[in-house]
Amino acid sequence: MAGLSSSRSGVNYDARGLAEPDAVAPEIAEIDGTTAHFDATDLSTRLINLELKRLVNVEGMEEVTIRNPGSKHSIGVGILRRCRINVEGSPGWFAFGLIDGPEVHISGRVGWSCAENMMAGSVIIEGGAGSLTGAALRGGDLVVKGDVGARTGIDQKGGTIIVMGNVGINTGFMMQRGRQIICGNAGDHLGDSMYDGTIYVAGRIASLGVDCVPGAWTDADAEFVNRKFKIHGLGDPPEFQKFICGKQLHNYDSLEPSERKLVM
Amino acid sequence: MCGIAGVIHRDGPADLGAELTRMLQSMKHRGPDSTGYALYGPSDDLVVIRFVLAEPLKAAGLGMAERLEKNRAEIESRLNKIGADVATMTSETGYAFRATVRYSGELKPLADYLEDVPGCEVLSLGNALEIVKDLGDAETVAEQYRLPGFVGTHGMGHVRMATESDVDLASAHPYWAYPFADVAVVHNGQLTNYHQWRRRLERSGHRFQSECDSEIIAVYLAEKMAGGDSLETAMKQSLDDLDGVFTYLCVTGNELGVAKDEMAAKPLVLFESDELVAVASEEIAIRALTGTDVETRDPYEREVLVWQV
Repeated sequence: MAGLSSSRSGVNYDARGLAEPDAVAPEIAEIDGTTAHFDATDLSTRLINLELKRLVNVEGMEEVTIRNPGSKHSIGVGILRRCRINVEGSPGWFAFGLIDGPEVHISGRVGWSCAENMMAGSVIIEGGAGSLTGAALRGGDLVVKGDVGARTGIDQKGGTIIVMGNVGINTGFMMQRGRQIICGNAGDHLGDSMYDGTIYVAGRIASLGVDCVPGAWTDADAEFVNRKFKIHGLGDPPEFQKFICGKQLHNYDSLEPSERKLVM
Repeated sequence: MCGIAGVIHRDGPADLGAELTRMLQSMKHRGPDSTGYALYGPSDDLVVIRFVLAEPLKAAGLGMAERLEKNRAEIESRLNKIGADVATMTSETGYAFRATVRYSGELKPLADYLEDVPGCEVLSLGNALEIVKDLGDAETVAEQYRLPGFVGTHGMGHVRMATESDVDLASAHPYWAYPFADVAVVHNGQLTNYHQWRRRLERSGHRFQSECDSEIIAVYLAEKMAGGDSLETAMKQSLDDLDGVFTYLCVTGNELGVAKDEMAAKPLVLFESDELVAVASEEIAIRALTGTDVETRDPYEREVLVWQV
């Protein structure tokens, strides 16, 4: 690991930008045709991501498996190609944020802010997830099979978040577009201050947030939920309640900013 | 930002010093300025006193060695005067000391009498609690105070990123719940009704070592428990009485508790097995303790959990 600033515990730190100024991809992956795998036990976040990007962007791998991520933060951020990435273990915070295209499968759980700002692709998490999961999600599917913390899909702008377990307080806070499918219970202030979008909840709801109101269930809702469950092999969907924006809180009109200038 | 971690062993004592060091070092990115430990060793008849006589950055000035030695001798003299028979007194740094004494009187007069010595600050008092804190990361502090090898049943720690007060020992966690034996708190967050509670507790006769809001929690809880509340009851009541965003840990002679505020704004993950309970701000600290990928969960808003040894 050339250029690494290593501590006595073997954990490498890049807080405050002190470590790895000249790091290069370690090139440790074993490659078999268009698939590759490597062990991340002794790698820092930066080296994991350099290796991952080398495999995807330079070597053209279609499938990469990362073993033993050790809850390190920011793994897989900014992958912009279509490929499949398997993570055997549990990444830490900010995993697979800002991705555009990859299909990610995580066998463990994830920390806070997984798939933040994801633009396209999918992230499937077999375990649970921390708070801020899917924050500012723009597109793609994010599936969490366990429980999720607070503020799931805060500022969501598109895409779909599916949670098979429970979610915490302020789920869907200020969401603008997209859909959330919550199979378990939801904490207080569901959909608080949402601008738009749809939240489906199967379990109990502690309380609705400001301007979040029940919506009428339609055939299109059923078709959407069934399709998502089928795509991700989630079995038969439970019965959901639907929640939408009451459109009483924010200033709504149908004009784009440029159109508004003309009108004004 | 700050990071917190706690461990409780249900199956007997373990090397707490090494375990918490691994957990705290893995969260160095959350706070490299200072590191602190609250460790619970085997309880016996002796009272353990951890105290400092100077801030670390001010301990090496001209004439300081003589002044520190003079004040240390004064501490020893006062212990004898108040009826505390000194069994041991050691120091790894020259400014931070560990004393064990045979003493059966009230702790408050003892702490007040010692803190009347110039520069003295009692970090902890009790039959099992030992608070160790200093500037730097966990490995630095652990090496300085020879913490690996410290055997005990439970403990907690804190890594601090100084935001609203100085990088110094007075602002470092954990905080002992003066003047109550064996109670300490670490905290990640901000309390917005700090001054209200400080005035209220000061009117009840409590003194504070710092300007840090976290110290309020320790004294608040200890006062509730001294009034007969269980730790769990006191922690649940704190969710209504304390405003702000916070996650905190509290340890007593035989318990470890966690509490999250009603917004769940500060992180905490939990691992629980038959033998061990571990909590930390981030998963990476749990992995540093267990060495393997284990199932963890995030406690929800307004959740209070207490475990016993």
